[in-house]
Amino acid sequence: MTGPHPPATRRLPFRPSVAVKVASGINRLSRLLGRGSGTVIGGRAGLAVDPMLLAVLAKDRDVALVSGTNGKTTTTGMLVAALSEPDSVGVATNITGANMPAGHVAALIGTRPVGTVVLEVDEAYLGRLIEDTHPQVVVLLNLSRDQLDRISEVRMLVDRWRSALGRLDPVGHGGSRTVVVANADDPMVVWAASTAPEVRWVGVGQVWHDDAVGCPACGARIVFEASGSWNCDHCGFGRPERFAWLEGDVLVLADGRRFPVVIGLPGQFNRANAAMVAVAAPEFAGTHCQPPVSITTAVERLSKLHEVAGRFSTVQRKGRDIRLLLAKNPAGWTAIFDLLGESGDPTSPVVLSINARVADGFDTSWLWDVPFERLIGRAVVATGERCRDLAVRLRYAEVDHRVVPDVLEAVDMAIGNAGRLSVASASIPVEFLGNYTAFAQLRSRL
Amino acid sequence: MSMAKGARSPLTVVVIYPDLLGTYGDGGNGLVLARRAKWRGLDVSLVQAPSDRPVPRGDIYCIGGGEDGPQVRAASTLIADGTLTRAVEDGAVILGVCAGFQLLGREFPDAADRPHDGLGLLDVTTRKGTDLRAVGELVATVEPDAPRDPDGSALPALTGFENHGGVTTIGPGASPLARVITGVGNGGGDGTEGAWSGRVIGTYLHGPVLARNVALADLLLGWALVSRGERLPLVWLEDGEENALRAERLAMAGTVKLSARLRHVPRPRR
Ligand SMILES: [Zn+2]
Repeated sequence: MTGPHPPATRRLPFRPSVAVKVASGINRLSRLLGRGSGTVIGGRAGLAVDPMLLAVLAKDRDVALVSGTNGKTTTTGMLVAALSEPDSVGVATNITGANMPAGHVAALIGTRPVGTVVLEVDEAYLGRLIEDTHPQVVVLLNLSRDQLDRISEVRMLVDRWRSALGRLDPVGHGGSRTVVVANADDPMVVWAASTAPEVRWVGVGQVWHDDAVGCPACGARIVFEASGSWNCDHCGFGRPERFAWLEGDVLVLADGRRFPVVIGLPGQFNRANAAMVAVAAPEFAGTHCQPPVSITTAVERLSKLHEVAGRFSTVQRKGRDIRLLLAKNPAGWTAIFDLLGESGDPTSPVVLSINARVADGFDTSWLWDVPFERLIGRAVVATGERCRDLAVRLRYAEVDHRVVPDVLEAVDMAIGNAGRLSVASASIPVEFLGNYTAFAQLRSRL
Repeated sequence: MSMAKGARSPLTVVVIYPDLLGTYGDGGNGLVLARRAKWRGLDVSLVQAPSDRPVPRGDIYCIGGGEDGPQVRAASTLIADGTLTRAVEDGAVILGVCAGFQLLGREFPDAADRPHDGLGLLDVTTRKGTDLRAVGELVATVEPDAPRDPDGSALPALTGFENHGGVTTIGPGASPLARVITGVGNGGGDGTEGAWSGRVIGTYLHGPVLARNVALADLLLGWALVSRGERLPLVWLEDGEENALRAERLAMAGTVKLSARLRHVPRPRR
């Protein structure tokens, strides 16, 4: 046969369209069968038909990616809130925490093909998401030890981020560029993001330094000063020039402008997430879909946000407030204990729930890196599928505790403990702290 | 013993370099030792020894797991410091876990598979394995000639969680600590897990190992006290929660498929 070969590109429009049909069909079927929303299953099937499906779906949208060890889901929810016009079509997002490519596909299928998308991204998939979606904004929060049996050690992750961010095109597709908004107080994030062409460094603090003592550049020692600044004692790697930073609850810009960050979510780490969002939201200016948002507007919208995916929400049970808190790793737990000290009653009973499924990591050794000693003086109930590991940890922390394997029975015991504490007032709440699947389990049973 | 009690220094448990080798929760081993000594009425001090200061003198040293780069730095700093080697000669007890086990040996690899000198306190050598890491629950029965309880009985089976890419072979100067029932352990094909020699013990078990295996913790405490001319007080500890955890983990490990043991973990492109 002479003549031109059939163009190879002819199959492309066909393939993604089949992939989308397969994915939506499976989603519908899965919903009919009552298997949850079915979103991730549909996304997986779509990607099996067309591995480039995500790129096709993201093509005409403005994309922001949010990644880091802790605060991804909350920050993603915050950025969605900050970018959403009150009366307009919503911003597309994967708010269920399905933060791998199948979840991203699922978030985009069935939404309009243009508009703004904010995606929470598992740390291990950041490189792939950048390649597939050509984001306008990438928000990098923090990096610390988490699920060491699945994700790999912090320094391996940092190397992968660094090469992915180094491949960003200074111009970007369609003439727009990618702005990276990165935590200037986390040496691991700074090392990873220093390869990116354009970075807004935001000093939002970092409570957990234990994974960043060794300099990622040269292996020598990072010295943290009381002021929050840091430097390697050998190679000169240090905190970069900041675009903005947080002073208590005020976001200060290097140009002198100041913005109070009064938000609806508790804790200093949420003010830190809000500061990242306040800097990231205006970076969509000039893109084709997203109406411009100023820092003031972003913060104003965040003041009305009181929970994200159930986290930080309060539910009632037997006349008692139960506050639902989620923490997945030592840095996250440390931040949650700070929050208890800041916004809770110092005597409120605590329920701790620990699972060790795939999404939690199978190894529970990390419990020994969590400062449970800070709960001394409270009545603690240990529950979850790995309550035995937790019980031993609490025994060696010398924290008074009971073990109740069933999560609802555990909550009810804590409600009883609260009742004994406050006969006169019903105001003392119960604090529920769970890791990823333990948190979801309680929510599904309440 | 006529020495006045107050004149004695406390039993000192030292956690080595938590800033470099504190990645896998192994700092818990020091806490378990200190609490079990305290609960028996002993005067005990738990010391966290950071890598930028000289290693303090102690009765028991715990060395934990860590990432490749920090492991290399810890080994060279410990060799230059010299305290651990002298302490072993004086009868101190050492427990090394994972990266801490490897650096007690003669040689171990870095991320790029270059060999580095270990402390040479255990006659073991570690090489890089295949691209696969050993990740998962591990159960191993303690070898008959391995250290025993003060009353002469063998230690019960060890349970823990392993997560490593190294393959460790034992030389003639050391002996295997245990034999693998489920899991990978040293990984050299001989079915062994960990190694010991004198009062130095190395293992791949996290958990931490002493929280999951309190009999091993008491063995180390007993050794340290013997070195001081004392004995572990016969105080019965309420170990109900530790035993419940052990029983659960041993039962679970029996149901783990061996084929699921080796998992591919993505590594950075170099
Ligand atoms: Zn350096």
